[in-house]
Amino acid sequence: MLETRSLTVRFGGQAAVDGVTCAFHRGTLTAIVGPNGAGKTTYFNLISGQLRATAGDVFLSGARITTLPASRRARRGLGRAFQLTNLFPDLSVLENVRLAVQAQAGIGLDFLGLAARHTALHDRAMAVLERVNLASRAAVPAAALSHGDQRKLEVAILLAMQPRIFMFDEPTAGMSVDEVPVILDLIEAIRQDRDRTILLVEHKMDVVRRLADRVIVLHQGRLAADGAPEDVVASAVVQEAYLGVRAGDV
Amino acid sequence: MRALLHRHVLSGDRPGHPAVTALLILLLLALLVVPFAVPGTKSMAAASRIAILAVLAGSYDIALGYTGIVSLAHAMFFAIGAYAVAIPLAGGWVGWGAIGLGMAAGAVLAAAIAAAITLLSLRVQTIFFSMITLAVASFAQVLATQLRGLTGGEDGLSFSLPAALSPSFHLLPGRVLGVRVDGRLLTYYLILLAALLLFLLMLRIVNSPFGRVLLAIRENAFRAEALGFRVIVYRTLASALAAAIAALAGGLMAVLLRYNGPDATLSFSVMVDILLMVVIGGMGTLYGPALGAAVIVLAEYYLQPALQGLADALVGIPVLPALFNPDRWLLWLGLLFVGFVYFLPAGIVGSLRRRRG
Ligand SMILES: Nc1ncnc2c1ncn2[C@@H]1O[C@H](COP(=O)(O)OP(=O)(O)OP(=O)(O)O)[C@@H](O)[C@H]1O
Ligand SMILES: [Mg+2]
Repeated sequence: MLETRSLTVRFGGQAAVDGVTCAFHRGTLTAIVGPNGAGKTTYFNLISGQLRATAGDVFLSGARITTLPASRRARRGLGRAFQLTNLFPDLSVLENVRLAVQAQAGIGLDFLGLAARHTALHDRAMAVLERVNLASRAAVPAAALSHGDQRKLEVAILLAMQPRIFMFDEPTAGMSVDEVPVILDLIEAIRQDRDRTILLVEHKMDVVRRLADRVIVLHQGRLAADGAPEDVVASAVVQEAYLGVRAGDV
Repeated sequence: MRALLHRHVLSGDRPGHPAVTALLILLLLALLVVPFAVPGTKSMAAASRIAILAVLAGSYDIALGYTGIVSLAHAMFFAIGAYAVAIPLAGGWVGWGAIGLGMAAGAVLAAAIAAAITLLSLRVQTIFFSMITLAVASFAQVLATQLRGLTGGEDGLSFSLPAALSPSFHLLPGRVLGVRVDGRLLTYYLILLAALLLFLLMLRIVNSPFGRVLLAIRENAFRAEALGFRVIVYRTLASALAAAIAALAGGLMAVLLRYNGPDATLSFSVMVDILLMVVIGGMGTLYGPALGAAVIVLAEYYLQPALQGLADALVGIPVLPALFNPDRWLLWLGLLFVGFVYFLPAGIVGSLRRRRG
């Protein structure tokens, strides 16, 4: 189980994430929604370790991980895909994924073995690329992929890490309509595995309704709502957040 | 046979272009036969320098080209290795033990200092890191000239080598293929063998799983960390390894020169040479820096005589002999380097590989 308690980060005087207390249970998919600048990505950064919290804590399976570096958190099973594509641009598509597999296998300090001889890593990386329909592009440098394919590669890297907790930050943003189902089906497939926990930042409400077990709303860094998708999506807070209509103003 | 060589000796690292393969084979063959093909101290000195500097430039490439660490203290590690060998030998302990122990001590000391610099500058940005290494290197130069008792100051340290490596030692009577099999020849092949082994070791390291993580860090350290690789640990190890190998190359240089001093291994012109070799050869290719070392050493040794020959041939033609006056060799050297960087921006190996697609 993943949990944040009063998690807060301030930039200057401004709190981008403000006292968020929330628990994410094993086997659930939680959608995180909120307007632009609400603090969703920042909340992710605090959980996966790209940012240090100003106050509050993050717990993973009961252990406090608030001050661990991102790499240690990744090794404990926190896997993160980024909103802004974040790849190894000059390395091949295959090598991008192979590195994730290598990290997952814990092979890093082998100085004298031959990377190319670890065929199991290669095979696992290829299998992941098959799943996101990128196998035919394996030899191409990541930078040469189209935006949509880069998004797929970002997801492939996350799959290859085999985390216990998957954090997707708008995985389908900027993808063409026909590419979106591939990614959604993948997330759906991960969801079938009841050992996994998924956190999904997503703007598209139809996607949220289709996939989420639960929705939380962030607004100005605060946890503004939390509940079943059908309740939350219809609620005043989400209407306000997305439509700019203030329920009390009418 | 080719596959076996490629896999087990070259660690699966492809030269990546037929011209690179050809140049590498040519370089290796030339180094192997130089004492017999072009007898003389000058050619042997140039060839040994190429072998040693190929290792030095290669070690710098592990940090710069593979990991993206921009250090300006690499000549210092080279010098540490050279002093570590020179000090016991000049102190009167003329034995193989002194060379071996000096090599080992130099490598360990260099690795420790490199690791300390990397760890202490954990949070600074690339440019500040370079400045810090520059400051450390300047400090080392001051130390080397001030600690006269230990380092011989500006004059450096001269010493003799164990008998088997001294010119007066004759392994075989008479000549083989017209060449005396003396201590000098033994020294040459010993250095060549050591350099070759070190180079193959580096090829192994950059093609290992560890080497792949270094590439990931160069490409996107933030992402490498998010995958679960502790970037600072890998950066520190890469710096330490590069420094240790540079120190071993320094030990070889001391053996070659039977001398060490600031100008031989520690000065900024050595650092500039290292940078040029890596940039001319191609960063992040390892083979490139070896070729870069050959280009630089050949230019330093043979550009002046070549210009002399050209000037002599052009006598009588206006302007041209003056243009190729051997006193202008530094100018031509500079132009040569600018030409390389302009026409082969990714270095010899990098540009050839790119051209091939
Ligand atoms: N490193 C930083 N330094 C200063 N301010 C930051 C930093 N990171 C985020 N912010 C600010 O924190 C707020 C929350 O940003 P965040 O990226 O988390 O929003 P978001 O909910 O992910 O938005 P979007 O839907 O546009 O992705 C914004 O006002 C942003 O400008
Ligand atoms: Mg965001």
